[in-house]
Amino acid sequence: MAILDIQGITKRFGGLTAVNNVSFSVEKGAILSVIGPNGAGKSTLFKLISSFLPPTSGRVNYNGHTITGLAPHEVARRGVVRTFQETTIFKEMTALQNVIVAHQLRCRATSLGIYFSSAAARADEERFHNNATEILDYLGLSTVKHMLARNLPHGHLRALGIAVAMAAEPKVLLLDEPFSGMNIEETDAAVKLVQGIRDRGVTIVLVEHDMSAVMRISDKIVVLNFGTKIAEGTPTEVKRDEAVIGAYLGEADEEVGH
Amino acid sequence: MGLEINQLTHHEGSGSSRIASENGRLSFRQKLRFAGFVLILFVAVPILLGRSPYYITVLTNAAILSFISLGVWITFSIGRMNLAQGAFALVGGYAVAILATRYGVSFWLCLPLSGLISAALGALIGWPVLRLKGVYFAMTTLSLTEAIRLLALNGGDITKGATGIVNIPRPGAIGLFGLTIVPEFNGADPLPFYFLACALLVLGLVAVWRLSTSRLGWVFRSLRQNEDLATSIGINVAKYRVIAFGACCFMGGIGGAFFAAFHQNIYPATYTISDSVNFMLYCFLGGLSYIFGPVVGAFLLVIAFELLHAVQDYQALIYGILMIVCMLWLPNGILSLGTRHDGKGKYGGR
Repeated sequence: MAILDIQGITKRFGGLTAVNNVSFSVEKGAILSVIGPNGAGKSTLFKLISSFLPPTSGRVNYNGHTITGLAPHEVARRGVVRTFQETTIFKEMTALQNVIVAHQLRCRATSLGIYFSSAAARADEERFHNNATEILDYLGLSTVKHMLARNLPHGHLRALGIAVAMAAEPKVLLLDEPFSGMNIEETDAAVKLVQGIRDRGVTIVLVEHDMSAVMRISDKIVVLNFGTKIAEGTPTEVKRDEAVIGAYLGEADEEVGH
Repeated sequence: MGLEINQLTHHEGSGSSRIASENGRLSFRQKLRFAGFVLILFVAVPILLGRSPYYITVLTNAAILSFISLGVWITFSIGRMNLAQGAFALVGGYAVAILATRYGVSFWLCLPLSGLISAALGALIGWPVLRLKGVYFAMTTLSLTEAIRLLALNGGDITKGATGIVNIPRPGAIGLFGLTIVPEFNGADPLPFYFLACALLVLGLVAVWRLSTSRLGWVFRSLRQNEDLATSIGINVAKYRVIAFGACCFMGGIGGAFFAAFHQNIYPATYTISDSVNFMLYCFLGGLSYIFGPVVGAFLLVIAFELLHAVQDYQALIYGILMIVCMLWLPNGILSLGTRHDGKGKYGGR
């Protein structure tokens, strides 16, 4: 069953069509990658799915309900959580504090309850602290959990970004270039990590440049070029697709443009 | 929650962080310092200076200016430089003036009411305005101070224009079962006002400390550090921005109401842009990462300028220079002098 269904989504910025009538669906428990050359509209598509940008037309269905038009925090509340391309993190908090704060949408206490430290608020904090510790352990960050995020090395920051997203207990996790800037060993570790998260029952959609990682990890790949979907299929299918080869090698641009 | 508690005293530049169970608890030294502060306010000052209405008045001003600036500090905690606090103090002042002179409402009821009126107005205006960031928010709130002043000036019979509202009654006595708990305030002695100001300040400090160390404070911090990330994890950014701004305006309104009753008058020019800037300056000078920051800043500047009568004509100039000096050499405020300097402004680059 498709957990996420993107139907004919289009985004125009003035005269530029960044994403043009793209449709695909994501099966529950799958890893789907969106690839394409620079400027293909991958990041825009990402923002459209997570509601950070409103589409010009088309819509996104999640579990059979349209989430297009909802505020981005509402989309997150329903279980579609995104990460960010760069090291977007609460820099002046420790790793642990980052992940604890990220539990906000699991709060059972009201704002007043939080202010007056009601029993519910205290129970929340206890739960969040334990859960955050567990997430950090799982992502291999337990040794640095009391370090300020801005002092963490690059690789740890990426993992912390995922930890923060995990705290929101996503059903669908949108990962924006999770392997960029990583060497081979780091990529291997990150691939295992993403697969591990999938095995915990989280559906994963990722946008990525790193072809080798994508080919290894994906159940399905969607290829964008100039905002248009030019191919979709398993890694082996996509690898053999002529339009894809053309787009990546820069040949036959005229044909693709049609 | 287990997050680091750095607001009341210092911020550890890096590394250490306490965990959950200690959240919202003060160390013994912090408690001692706070108790000392309260004792000075309520015992030492009245004993030493109680016979000098002049000094008591100066300290009363400083206490309430600190209280109002604490509100501005809250908006700093969500990453907004708020220059509208003068406007909300004016709203609170007019609220108490109108309620008391027209409808004969008791000051003790007016005080919380004026805070609530300011907070409601703040939430209404804040909802759209808080989408702005950085210098755009600062400029918009700056013009808001001016707009509210003009509104008061042209308010016709309601605000009585430039003549303002005078003869605002002083706070009356509070009695319970025939016992007088708070005696009627009279004109000759500013001491009752001083005690009320100190009580408000201590209450305000406790309330803001509670806010800042609770999860709400951490949500505010998350907004300051990255609104997009906060949104992505399901935080309703708009809602918490309005909560913070509303709390700020509440304190502005209460402070404005106090001064209106203290001076028994309110004019459109009672709070101008320079007051809004000063509220912010007190926060900067004391240190933005410390709850005590605005208190230190306000007391220091208010007392300094009362003592230096000769230079009062140059107040704006000196404040301006001070602000520049503060940003260049003391980006974390005076209170950061007591801490190891980590070389980077905590709020740097905003």
